[in-house]
Amino acid sequence: MNITLEIWRQKDAKSKGKFVIYKLNDVSEEMSFLEMLDFLNNTLISKGESPVAFDHDCREGICGSCGLYINGWAHGPAHLTTTCELRMTKFKDGDKITIEPWRSKAFPVIKDLIVDRSVFDKIMQAGGFISANSGAAPEANSIPIPKDNADAAFDAAVCIGCGACVAACKNSSAMLFVSAKISQFALLPQGKTEAKERARKMVAKMDEVGFGNCTNTGSCETRCPKGLKLTHIAKMNREFITAKIVAEKST
Amino acid sequence: MIKFDAKIPEGPLTEKWSIHKRSVKLVNPANKTKLDIILVGTGLAGAAAASSLGELGYNVKAFCFQDTPRRAHSVAAQGGINAAKNYRNDGDSVYRLFYDVIKGGDFRAREANVYRAAEVSNQTIDQLVAAGVPFAREYSGYLDNRSFGGVQVSRTFYAKGQTGQQCLLGAYSGMMRQVAKGKVTMYSRRDMLDLVVIDGKARGIITRNLVTGEIERHAGHCVVLATGGYGTIYYLSTLAVGSNVSAAWAAHKKGALFANPSFIQIHPTSIPQLNDYQAKLTLMSESLRNDGRIWVPKKKGDARAANDIPEDERDYYLERRYPAFGNLVPRDVASRAAKERCDAGYGVGKTGLSVYLDFKDAIKKQGKKAIENKYGNLFELYYKITGDNPYEVPMRIYPAGHYTMGGLWVDYNLMTTIEGLYAIGEANFSDHGANRLGAGSLMQCSGEGYFILPVTIGDYLADEIKTPRISTDHPEFEKAEKEVKEKIDKLMAINGKQTPTTFHKRLGKIMWDYCGMARNEKGLQKAMIMVQELEEEFWKDLKVSDSAKELNQELEKAGHVVDFFGIAKLMIQDALNRKESCGAHFREESQTPDGEAKRIHSEYSYVAIWEYLGEDKPHTLHKEPLVFENVELKERSYK
Ligand SMILES: Cc1cc2nc3c(=O)[nH]c(=O)nc-3n(C[C@H](O)[C@H](O)[C@H](O)COP(=O)(O)OP(=O)(O)OC[C@H]3O[C@@H](n4cnc5c(N)ncnc54)[C@H](O)[C@@H]3O)c2cc1C
Ligand code: SF4
Ligand code: FES
Repeated sequence: MNITLEIWRQKDAKSKGKFVIYKLNDVSEEMSFLEMLDFLNNTLISKGESPVAFDHDCREGICGSCGLYINGWAHGPAHLTTTCELRMTKFKDGDKITIEPWRSKAFPVIKDLIVDRSVFDKIMQAGGFISANSGAAPEANSIPIPKDNADAAFDAAVCIGCGACVAACKNSSAMLFVSAKISQFALLPQGKTEAKERARKMVAKMDEVGFGNCTNTGSCETRCPKGLKLTHIAKMNREFITAKIVAEKST
Repeated sequence: MIKFDAKIPEGPLTEKWSIHKRSVKLVNPANKTKLDIILVGTGLAGAAAASSLGELGYNVKAFCFQDTPRRAHSVAAQGGINAAKNYRNDGDSVYRLFYDVIKGGDFRAREANVYRAAEVSNQTIDQLVAAGVPFAREYSGYLDNRSFGGVQVSRTFYAKGQTGQQCLLGAYSGMMRQVAKGKVTMYSRRDMLDLVVIDGKARGIITRNLVTGEIERHAGHCVVLATGGYGTIYYLSTLAVGSNVSAAWAAHKKGALFANPSFIQIHPTSIPQLNDYQAKLTLMSESLRNDGRIWVPKKKGDARAANDIPEDERDYYLERRYPAFGNLVPRDVASRAAKERCDAGYGVGKTGLSVYLDFKDAIKKQGKKAIENKYGNLFELYYKITGDNPYEVPMRIYPAGHYTMGGLWVDYNLMTTIEGLYAIGEANFSDHGANRLGAGSLMQCSGEGYFILPVTIGDYLADEIKTPRISTDHPEFEKAEKEVKEKIDKLMAINGKQTPTTFHKRLGKIMWDYCGMARNEKGLQKAMIMVQELEEEFWKDLKVSDSAKELNQELEKAGHVVDFFGIAKLMIQDALNRKESCGAHFREESQTPDGEAKRIHSEYSYVAIWEYLGEDKPHTLHKEPLVFENVELKERSYK
């Protein structure tokens, strides 16, 4: 198929970016979306032009590196699909495809389609862990965990840290990402002890690093490639509100 | 000549680690804060090490090429992680796990290291559970186990098909805690380009800041490499596409011996290549072989759709050839059997390079729901990529490059032949001999990172407490930085026509054809010439766009391809040297009349350790004899 690409090009964080149009012929249906971009880059390089920079690594939907805003959709038009899992079968001959980086104040553009998501690490550092020193752990089966809780914790734990939830949200809120981690740990007996403190610290950090507020529009949930649910946010609100009350009482 | 000594502690196998732990030197807490550790690679091995070392009080500077440690290739591990808990009461024990790993590795691994890996496996599971890893559980609330990859006990812990991701996230969160405490400093988007050795000791690294292009110096009292495997040598492999050998290769050129470089595992169940643009192959976890049945048509070139081929015209060749293990034979056996059928003309699919993995019978017996519970996400992944629905038609699979058993040679302390340089995780050679058993790598990576390195590194650092902070002004840093810059300039200046990826693909094809699933002398010799010619062409016709002073993914790739040429030639030399078949290394000259691998224990019971003597010079071979005192050498038979 022959397609037209409209791609955000930006030399570095400081430069101003702009859209550039590329015509790309002989795209095969069998390509993945990123293979299509590889193909584009090949043609650009052979013409002496600068290839389009984009993040990727596993190319199977598990590392969270990739993430493009495609035709107005975070990770493109398919559901429960990362950009690297998107196939060209979703497009047809003559299509025009607009490709942008994640847009959020908290994720500044580094180059072309690559953004800086290091604030996610900062939120994790604020409390996204269970304080279990190596060597101090009790025997693994000494604390049984009801299967339902373990399964729910797993469902919350599958976040790949891609940032699509933020990119899809008109407020640039990171609530889905943050709440998923808080829920995962709060559901496990190992993580319960620190649950409130964790929630308080992670949310405070999230506000500090420039993410917006959650107004429950739900766009995060529809674009999350791993199917994380707003119920995690509800759970987090619970943890957080009780955390606040406890904190206020003690001051 | 570089000397090496495995430093295996005295005493009976079962006591060695305890004895060693009792006798290693310790560093007191106040002194730990004066010691800096450079840690390159923050996958499962590196992240686990970072959190443990940070907790102990060392200052850790950690590096990775992704934008955050959470994306390391370890995320991709699907199937599980082994431990000898014996929760199933099915006769498992530390000894049996040890034995299975030794036997699975076809008696080409060091007994003492493997026993220790099995020994710490239980503690590792405890640690991961405490860190919040949501392993699968039974309705009782206790941890679930499954049987995985060619063993007859159920000792594999798993988190659906995302075990690696969950283990890595557990280790990563522990590491983030240490970052918050100021004990670990994370340098992401850095590519390690060289190792700095001062007076025979590893003292630092040279990195390229992948965002700015800046060349940086980082110093420490010792250096740990946890940089993963180099299965990407084949270009198409199950690894993340950024995986590379460059950090290990830089260390090798500075004096770290490289062990068993040609031992690369080819995984039997990957989605076959679909087109020429493809950038990677996607693994279908081998846990699928617990319920899926592998077959090809009995008739050559049978073009009928899978479901139109009647039962009696299907050849379930693994069940036929290996009645005792059937579809659960180890990876190397399953891979070669698939290749054998396809080479003989029985392969299916457009290219004839694939075989069926069929769930029809399992669905009939257990119901769709049960199969969905076990493999739902894998079926979905398969459907997304191929457009075929495995609930209705059999999957098509083919072997793919997957895991490097070979790696930097390390002693019992995980130290390489450069003093103060350690290698952990897939980057070293230590535990898996000629073939790795499923779920054994996560076990090794986390065990080494959490529990082994933190002990053994102290033994070395105890003598470094008087060494002041290492300065990056030392002439060795200067020299290394200069060399790195010259190499980059050289790559940028070629200004030819072909991209780094083009060369990588071409190199990968040579290696896959001649140094992949089956090898023979003529092919290997031919491959050596082809690789040398391609390398010459590379230095004449490479094209790297843009400049070195900015984010430049083409330059990153070009640098990695340079080192792939180095390891490719060494792999070939190693494969040529080992005229036996063992584990993943199948020399066609060494097989039994019915086509099974023939090990030649009398001649090749050693670790092949290679010393670098300079560009364009063949490596020198050293041998570490393998002594088996605690297992009886057996032919690996799965019949
Ligand atoms: C698809 C797949 C499935 C698997 N499934 C299983 C399984 O079920 N069970 C199991 O036990 N094993 C499995 N394995 C193997 C296992 O996942 C790996 O062996 C293991 O995760 C390797 O971990 P690591 O910490 O050694 O390295 P990695 O996780 O590969 O991490 C390497 C680190 O080094 C860094 N790095 C590399 N090069 C450089 C450089 N030049 N400069 C700076 N940083 C660098 C990277 O950024 C990264 O942080 C699987 C492997 C694959 C490919
Ligand atoms: S919650 Fe979903 S969209 Fe957000 S970072 Fe995690 S996986 Fe990505
Ligand atoms: S490249 Fe890893 S999730 Fe897309």
